Amino acid sequence: MTHTTEKVPSEAAAPASEGTTPLPAPRRTRTWRVLTPWLFLLAPLALLITFTYAPIANMVAYSFTDWDGVSPELHYTGAENYTEIFTREDLFQVFFVSGYYLIASVIQIVAALYFATILSFQVRFRNFYKGVLFFPSLVNGVAIGFVFLYFFQDGGTFDTVLGLFGVHTDHAWLGTPFSANTSLAGVSVWRYLGMNFVLFLGAIQSIPGELYEASELDGATRWHQFRYIILPGIKPVLTLTVILSVSGSLSAFEIPYIMTGGATGTETFVIQTVKLAFQFNKTGLASAAAVVLLLIILLVTWVQRRLVPDDRVDLV
Amino acid sequence: MNRRTVLALVAGAALLLPGCTGTGGTSKGADAKAPDDPSKVSGDITVLTVRTDLVQDGTMKKYAAEFNKIYPKVKVEFQALTNYEAEIKIRMNTEDYGDVLLIPAVIKKNDYPKFFASLGTEAERAAKYRFTDFTTVDGKVYGQSPVGVMPGFVYNKRVWREAGITEWPTTTAGFLAGLKAIKQKTDAVPYYTNFAAQWPLTSWTYVNGSVGCDPRATTKLAQGDPWARGSDLRVGDGLLYDIVRQGLAEKDPTTTNWELSKPQLAKGEIATQWLGTWAIIQFQDAAKKAGVNPEDIGFMPFPAQSDGAFCATVGPDYNQAVNVHSPHKEAARAWIDWFTDKSGYDRDNLAISPLKDAPMPQVLKPYDDAGVKLIELDDSAGAEVKLIDDESEVGIYKPEYRQDLVDLARGAKKGSLDDFLADLGKKWTATQKSVTGR
Repeated sequence: MTHTTEKVPSEAAAPASEGTTPLPAPRRTRTWRVLTPWLFLLAPLALLITFTYAPIANMVAYSFTDWDGVSPELHYTGAENYTEIFTREDLFQVFFVSGYYLIASVIQIVAALYFATILSFQVRFRNFYKGVLFFPSLVNGVAIGFVFLYFFQDGGTFDTVLGLFGVHTDHAWLGTPFSANTSLAGVSVWRYLGMNFVLFLGAIQSIPGELYEASELDGATRWHQFRYIILPGIKPVLTLTVILSVSGSLSAFEIPYIMTGGATGTETFVIQTVKLAFQFNKTGLASAAAVVLLLIILLVTWVQRRLVPDDRVDLV
Repeated sequence: MNRRTVLALVAGAALLLPGCTGTGGTSKGADAKAPDDPSKVSGDITVLTVRTDLVQDGTMKKYAAEFNKIYPKVKVEFQALTNYEAEIKIRMNTEDYGDVLLIPAVIKKNDYPKFFASLGTEAERAAKYRFTDFTTVDGKVYGQSPVGVMPGFVYNKRVWREAGITEWPTTTAGFLAGLKAIKQKTDAVPYYTNFAAQWPLTSWTYVNGSVGCDPRATTKLAQGDPWARGSDLRVGDGLLYDIVRQGLAEKDPTTTNWELSKPQLAKGEIATQWLGTWAIIQFQDAAKKAGVNPEDIGFMPFPAQSDGAFCATVGPDYNQAVNVHSPHKEAARAWIDWFTDKSGYDRDNLAISPLKDAPMPQVLKPYDDAGVKLIELDDSAGAEVKLIDDESEVGIYKPEYRQDLVDLARGAKKGSLDDFLADLGKKWTATQKSVTGR
């Protein structure tokens, strides 16, 4: 950090010296000029490497060992953990659960897009609605888990609300795998809708206003505006959201872990990994599972980018 | 692009190079000797505990004050860890994990000498203390539990009486009939699984030993199929299955609440839970808070008799140990000795004393009257059982398989009990072969 502060005066002096002499800047100035951006990057890079890449590198290293997470001894086992992961089908069955979250994220994106479009036009109380939609994103995920545990309880909030409408189901919402996964996926829609909504809203608002006026002169309806102006205009953000949703569905964790702990067929791949690492003390195997999940997500993203290339859109 | 790749490779390689294990100490085989002169021992020690409640309400401070009357120069600090197993596991990768700590389940028994200082030989400690073989490695003892615990049913006496049952059931069939009577004659939920809290379900593993009254029950787990017909675990799991199957458990197990279940049982809204002696005091406190009679909280053994007597197993709670890296091992040892022998912690918790010559606590008087046979399980195969458990991912000490069992019983999961238990047994015995080479 001290280097960056020292740097400031010489950088400020540089343009002045250039003004008087057309010769190339002296060697020292040039070195500083090359170094400056790196010095600024030093702090974030140090943080990034310490807290993101070093642990990942460690995890990859552990994935080739039989470490139990605490023993001072660990043995190199080669690709044994990976062989185990790819030969045990029970480890992959949990990906079926991701299907629920995948379907939920489709609903989530459509709903977010719908609300973002509506609220980008002049609507009464639009700031209020924006707040309402974004609010869940501000609440801590663990708190949400607990709140919804009460919500789905027998005779809990959900049953009470349904009762107001005369519906008395007497259904255990987290009782069967289908019902439990649907409920959990529903909670995750509620939780992440706001984030998608804000992304879409921001993208929509960056579309120049003249386009709407021009299209209105040409007799375009709201649907036409959405289809031919908004949708192409926010395509990059839309693609990004889809990618995030798919990777989010594959690695769903927080809500199911807090609410059911993976019981009753709600175990996701990440919960399974956590259980391997912290219940059965197979840190090596769990690390390998985490690496495999990372690779799967990278692969899915790559396929997606192949199918929907991210070409630049020019609206005007 | 090219430069970026090179940079990434260099950075990656640099990170991978330095061994990457965060593993701490290699020092091994230290002893924590009991101090000769209490007034001379000094040092600041940190005591790790799971009793968050006792640290918050100042009870632990009171113990420390009592301790200081004998050991004036030792300063005791407490650290309560809410999620003990997970947190201590990370901390034990360093050398800084307190001076006195509870031996976590994750540490393999053979690794004890690498993490803890020995408290003495088994020969000398076994004369005075219970449970020494649970922490003995190569003849040396590494930990001591301040209390003994015994698994059993916590039940509401009033509700059971109202249902017309005054004698403890002696068979599982009798027990089920009792629960049925409660369902018919009272408003109480006959049995509460505490499914959502997960860990209460794991206490069902501690039926092991109570059913067949065999002190070598743990060794049996290590050597055979734990779910063979007539084996302890099978009888226990069968009972749990039948309870849920016959609709004698709570209506929606997936949204249960442990904290709430305490006052509910005290007030008679819940009749029974399979837990242990450690829970009695908590339920009595809940009764006092709810304004109902704490005397209604009863405790009964597993409904099985051998030679006409009930059987109950007495085992250690968390064992306290001294950190092998501690600079104040004498002070730490002094704390463990004092806390075990003189603190009165066992009496305060209505628990069984870890001292061999101490009498049974008052709450267990009905056990005396009924002539319940108390046995201590031989734990020489305990480490092996833990290893098989982890390797096979069966998890007899983890909640998952019993959650599956409950799901199976209430029809949320397809299959039969026999297939389910046979499958577990198959996984277990297959791992047994690879672990022990037998």
